[in-house]
Amino acid sequence: MPDPLPPAIEVDHLVKSYAGMTAVADLSFTVARGEIIGFLGPNGAGKSTTMRILTGYLPANSGTVRICGHSVATEPDAVKRLIGYMPENNPLPEDMRVSEYLYFRGRLKEIPRRKLGPRIDEVLELCDLKRVRHKIIGQLSKGYRQRVGIAEAILAEPPVIIMDEPTIGLDPHQILIVRDLIAGLRGRMTVIISSHILPEIEMTCDRVLIINRGRVVAQGTPAALRREVLGRTAYGLTVAGNIAGLPALLQAVEPSFKITTAGEPDATGFVQLALATERDDEFGEPLLQALIAQNYRVRALSRAHPTLEDVFLAATRRTWDATQPNLPKPPPSGPIP
Amino acid sequence: MKHFLTLLSHELRMLLVSPSTYIAATAFLFFMGFIFTGILESYTKAPQEASPAIVFFSTFFLPVFFMVPLLTMRCLAEERRLGTIETLLTTPVTTTEVVLGKYSAAYILYVTLWGATAGFFYILKSFSNDPRLLDSGPLIGGYVFIAVSGLLFVAIGVFASSLSRNQAVAGILAFVMLAALIIGGRWLGEAAFLSRDVLAPAKAAVDYAQVFSHYDDFTRGVIDTRHLLFYFSGTALALIFSIFSVEAKLIHS
Repeated sequence: MPDPLPPAIEVDHLVKSYAGMTAVADLSFTVARGEIIGFLGPNGAGKSTTMRILTGYLPANSGTVRICGHSVATEPDAVKRLIGYMPENNPLPEDMRVSEYLYFRGRLKEIPRRKLGPRIDEVLELCDLKRVRHKIIGQLSKGYRQRVGIAEAILAEPPVIIMDEPTIGLDPHQILIVRDLIAGLRGRMTVIISSHILPEIEMTCDRVLIINRGRVVAQGTPAALRREVLGRTAYGLTVAGNIAGLPALLQAVEPSFKITTAGEPDATGFVQLALATERDDEFGEPLLQALIAQNYRVRALSRAHPTLEDVFLAATRRTWDATQPNLPKPPPSGPIP
Repeated sequence: MKHFLTLLSHELRMLLVSPSTYIAATAFLFFMGFIFTGILESYTKAPQEASPAIVFFSTFFLPVFFMVPLLTMRCLAEERRLGTIETLLTTPVTTTEVVLGKYSAAYILYVTLWGATAGFFYILKSFSNDPRLLDSGPLIGGYVFIAVSGLLFVAIGVFASSLSRNQAVAGILAFVMLAALIIGGRWLGEAAFLSRDVLAPAKAAVDYAQVFSHYDDFTRGVIDTRHLLFYFSGTALALIFSIFSVEAKLIHS
């Protein structure tokens, strides 16, 4: 008897290789129910492959995937009833009307005929598609097509929704709609989305999973990731005075303070500096007081706010492996189909 | 098989709204009408041995060669090229249901198009008032032959479509396979090297698979279970291979 409420997605030591190239190398992660998770990684990191394996479309070479406790490999039928999937590039039939398409998909997803009509109205409303419901999909603009794909994914109200780059090709207004839409699913459905638009992920997702070369390189909430991956707090300082004496002053404030980069003094003698400390708490005020006490002239002091982008770049560049330290080296990566 | 009817009605509707269906149907009926008038003209010039139905249906391979590839080349190749097979197979449908749905829709269209040629005989009957021109035996036998052999021909077309994501390649493959079956079988049956005693079993197999001799039997009113078995088992085989082909492309993608 499985756990009464197993996690929505459990991936355990997943491996998938294509003709000699490893797309996914020993990937393990868990997604709790109702969580919205962002899936990040550079191109060819294995995001789409992982998502396809999660849906049961592609078989894995080894490892197990469980959706709500059902194994994808041995119970594909049960798993397909639990997921809503929107593939990369959102393929849609060209010569169907939007409402016809949703009706057809709803029937395939075994929504009873009686409930299907109201449910289609509901998702059309949610995705702001009411105006185009009788249009032919092939004539719709990219933004509308993308929303038809999202409407299709949430149509059967599955507990797990997997979307591969849902916001690609949308204008900022539409991205806002999609973000609200996904946020509206929070708590009811588990959503896993991949995206290249990092601020998007940061705003919508409870947790972020960064993968590179088929392995998890970092995971956690955006805030935790910043701390973990960058490992330090950065400050920017524009100051004039005895620059040579500055390191000693910083040491006095906090022993781990270091100057990471220092610019050239400008015409008025001010120098731009970047400082870093391993401590996470606020050092702005003591630093400022120390500087003024030493007769430094301060023009600006700010605590840097690293974006998810910085985290992403740092994590993927170093292929840093804190979550799975005992793994063999990743195989040489090549272009992954 | 829960989704078979959903898929079939979807495929049929897509065929009905697609202009290419109507173009293909018009071209087919025009071509068959042309053949039919040619046959009738030869009857006005000189008395003939066979009934017009026999001569008419003996040209079955011509429309088969161009109609079947045209009707079937889209079905699976298009799904793969657009990537919609991915969304289709991640719903609770099985590959078998998808292939059978597409096959049945193509077969229904094929039989409907042939059924429309019954109009020619109706016109002939209402204008000629000559019962000799309209022998019901070969007529019924001919249509039964078309319906039974169509099962296999359309299945071969679906199989060809499952092999490639390019419609043109799928169409040409279907054409080549059908030609090999219909013309190649006849050529092999007449080839001298097969007449040697050592190759007698091969010769027997080739003779069994002669589409033209099946046709002769059907129009003579002989509905042989061996022929039916040939077409039914061939259809099952082609469809099973199509299903495997779709699944194999996923495993090895």
